Amino acid sequence: MPDQSRSIAPRAPRFRNPADEGLGAKLLLTFLALTFLLFFLLMPLVTVFVEAFRGGWDTYVEALVEPDAAAAIRLTLLVAVIAVPLNLAFGLAASWAIAKFDFRGKAFLITLIDLPFSISPVISGLVYVLLFGSGSLLGPWLKSFGIEVLFAVPGIVLATVFVTFPFVARELIPLMEDQGTGDEEAALSLGASGWQTFWYVTLPNIKWGLLYGVLLCNARAMGEFGAVSVVSGRIRGITTTMPLHVEILYNEYNMVAAFAVASLLAGLALVTLALKTILELRFGAGNSGGRH
Amino acid sequence: MAASSTRSTSQLESEPGLPMTNIATAPARWRLKQPSIIPGFGLTLGFSLAYLSLIILIPIAGLFWRSAALGWGGFLSILMDERTLRALYVSFGTAFVAAAVNVVFGVVVAWVLTRYNFPGRRLIDAMVDLPFALPTAVAGIALTAIYAPQGWVGSLFMPFRIAFTPLGIVIALIFIGLPFVVRTVQPVMEEIDHEVEEAAATLGANRFQTITQILLPALTPAILTGFALAFARGVGEYGSVIFIAGNIPYVSEIAPLLIVIKLEEFNYAGATAIATIMLLISFAMLFVINLIQAWSRRRYGNA
Amino acid sequence: MEVTIQNIRKEFERFPALNDVSLKIASGELIALLGPSGSGKTTLLRLIAGLDFPTAGSIFFGDQDASHHSVQERNVGFVFQHYALFRHMTVAQNIGFGLKVRPAANRPPKAEIRRRVSELLEMVQLGGLEKRYPNQLSGGQRQRVALARAMAIEPRILLLDEPFGALDAKVRKELRRWLREFHNRTGHTTVFVTHDQEEALELADRVVVMSQGKIEQVGSADDVYDRPGSPFVFSFIGESSQLPVEVRDGTVLFQGQPIGSAEGAAGAGQLFFRPQDVELVEAQHALFGKITALRRLAGTRIAEIDIANDGHAPYHVEVEVPLHAPVELGSTLRFRPTRWKIFRNR
Repeated sequence: MPDQSRSIAPRAPRFRNPADEGLGAKLLLTFLALTFLLFFLLMPLVTVFVEAFRGGWDTYVEALVEPDAAAAIRLTLLVAVIAVPLNLAFGLAASWAIAKFDFRGKAFLITLIDLPFSISPVISGLVYVLLFGSGSLLGPWLKSFGIEVLFAVPGIVLATVFVTFPFVARELIPLMEDQGTGDEEAALSLGASGWQTFWYVTLPNIKWGLLYGVLLCNARAMGEFGAVSVVSGRIRGITTTMPLHVEILYNEYNMVAAFAVASLLAGLALVTLALKTILELRFGAGNSGGRH
Repeated sequence: MAASSTRSTSQLESEPGLPMTNIATAPARWRLKQPSIIPGFGLTLGFSLAYLSLIILIPIAGLFWRSAALGWGGFLSILMDERTLRALYVSFGTAFVAAAVNVVFGVVVAWVLTRYNFPGRRLIDAMVDLPFALPTAVAGIALTAIYAPQGWVGSLFMPFRIAFTPLGIVIALIFIGLPFVVRTVQPVMEEIDHEVEEAAATLGANRFQTITQILLPALTPAILTGFALAFARGVGEYGSVIFIAGNIPYVSEIAPLLIVIKLEEFNYAGATAIATIMLLISFAMLFVINLIQAWSRRRYGNA
Repeated sequence: MEVTIQNIRKEFERFPALNDVSLKIASGELIALLGPSGSGKTTLLRLIAGLDFPTAGSIFFGDQDASHHSVQERNVGFVFQHYALFRHMTVAQNIGFGLKVRPAANRPPKAEIRRRVSELLEMVQLGGLEKRYPNQLSGGQRQRVALARAMAIEPRILLLDEPFGALDAKVRKELRRWLREFHNRTGHTTVFVTHDQEEALELADRVVVMSQGKIEQVGSADDVYDRPGSPFVFSFIGESSQLPVEVRDGTVLFQGQPIGSAEGAAGAGQLFFRPQDVELVEAQHALFGKITALRRLAGTRIAEIDIANDGHAPYHVEVEVPLHAPVELGSTLRFRPTRWKIFRNR
């Protein structure tokens, strides 16, 4: 691979690699890129924290321990704790089926998995309202058993699962496809059972991709707004997750409190990104195979 | 990225008399293109399909079923309503503009991140995923705080309003769609063969010609895919938009918001109709994306 | 177009990839830069092309000092090892690219470009493939398109960087023959880089043997094979064995035993000889050793021989043994080199 060196003959003009643009052009492009990112990425992030601490540290903490906020935090965690493992199981199952086998309809299955990305979150919530709402078949039937889906935790979990289930699968599928079936076939030929193969051979191979998928899934599960907004009824203190609580506070013009809760979510996002960078540094480019 | 496994080409599946030695369960055998010793096909595929059916297929089927119940007449009358049309126009229009802006700047960002080295590059590269990890509502209130008349940037442009107009929506959608273009284009850029650029130079092309005639065309499929992804995402975006949009009917009201409003009015029919049309367009976009990728794979292959 | 390379030095972060290299390439000749990886041959080629600038020294195209001309200004035709074809363009568009990007003043009209493209395709025997895309072509076809593309700009000199390296053996042989014949037809000055000595010896008018950033020897195939100028060239080209000897009073001594006569001053040195330049003898003053391996090679046999070295690891040489000779594994063979070269220790 040719070297990108800059050799300067003492009495000669500065060499420019023909596959490079001049320094001026490079600076301009870099400036454009960084300014764009500064405006659109950095500013909103910084704003969250600036506004959250506008009233000082005490006001900040107060906003978080306030009963409704605390309830929202608890609910968000609860939903994540249920939704993420479910999606993890699905992700593992789906990527195993897709990566290790060749079958009719595989492409269709993959497209199906990508579906939530192209659907508006509001629609994701709407479908559950239609399914379990008062005008449907399932809703009143379940209610007769005392099971409330809409405007209650189960509905929120369902909507969250819908919106976030592709994440683990999308990380794992390209990764496992790249790895092929060689390792598993070797283990089987040595006498390992299916589960042993999975546990001792497959899992270690995919652990970084898996971790990243779970991280993303979790970040989105905790931050989902549109879908949850539709199914939850936004009953303050009972069916509000953190994002919904932020909205409520904002609409009441309680800006500092709104940003305080928002800052927790922003912090979560930063932690997710930091962990991703660390994972990539440790494991190289191999772990994040999927397109985002 | 085809699975590179060594498979036997035996005709096991077409010879019913042969004893079953492979572990893939019998009912699933008809689906497998080739027999495999790897276990768990039936289990994993079954679980995946069941999960998908419960979570996606049945709910979406429910949507279409409800929508069909409206009948053509009902469906069209809701769609043709002025407010609905304007909302769709706002959603698609702003998404288009935002995706276009993202294409231009996204390519520049991807270029700078891939080809140049400067302090903090890794950090900035990681940050590109921020819109992906940050909850939409958080982005929404933050952007509003910045571009509202009293905000840092908004106050600079007064009396020209940024927030609470379609322009505010565009800005929010640029934020949301940013990683889609960058992350789709980046891997392709990284793969560009250095030698191809040198070859163009030896043939007499200057840098500008090389970039416009050789590099950008090679990136076109990735750029188109990134655009389509950002566009599709922008059309359906809710959380980051409703704070900054102002939500003035006929002016800055997006289609997802209209769906929510109809739901709150218990106008399930209205909500369903709008949702269906949006869903159909989403499917169309997905289809287009797949076409682009298939076309580029065929055209460019592995030269 | 003749090219003169004068005292070129090229450093990559202080590492000298080329160290005081000088070479004169005659107009119309087909010359090979031959050497192992790291010898600097590709670096030299790229310097000629202008894909890199020298740290010191000059490159002349004819009478012009082109050392600091950009690659676009030099008008060279470069063919890459992996073709570097433009994937999104048809064969015709690839070949016509060099003409299309010329400034308006020099650009030929579209019809003219099309005509030239067809002409070139015929020349590389790929007529009719204008509308194909690179991914629809075989490796050998792609390389010929790359050559046609380089020829389209009527370059002053053609540079080929391991042009057949990415092809399989049979295609490589065919293209080698084809390139020689092509060169005879067109008469362009051509420089190609290779690490395959068979290729270099077969194709080139002259061979430039390089090692570690220096030119070891320049000469025809016969020159480098029969009259190698340095230990490196002797051992790199063809098969060879070497033994430490001493020259005293006109006699060559190995381990104190005379094995032949030599001129020149007394002193120690290394004796190089080729497997086929030996005779089997029964005489006293000969080399001898145990046969450790015996293998068949075309119409003859090669014996690997261990010559004792007084307690240290034995010297290992290879000797050609006629089919009818009564030798077997493990027996002792006595032989004497008939032609050799002694390189004195410095």
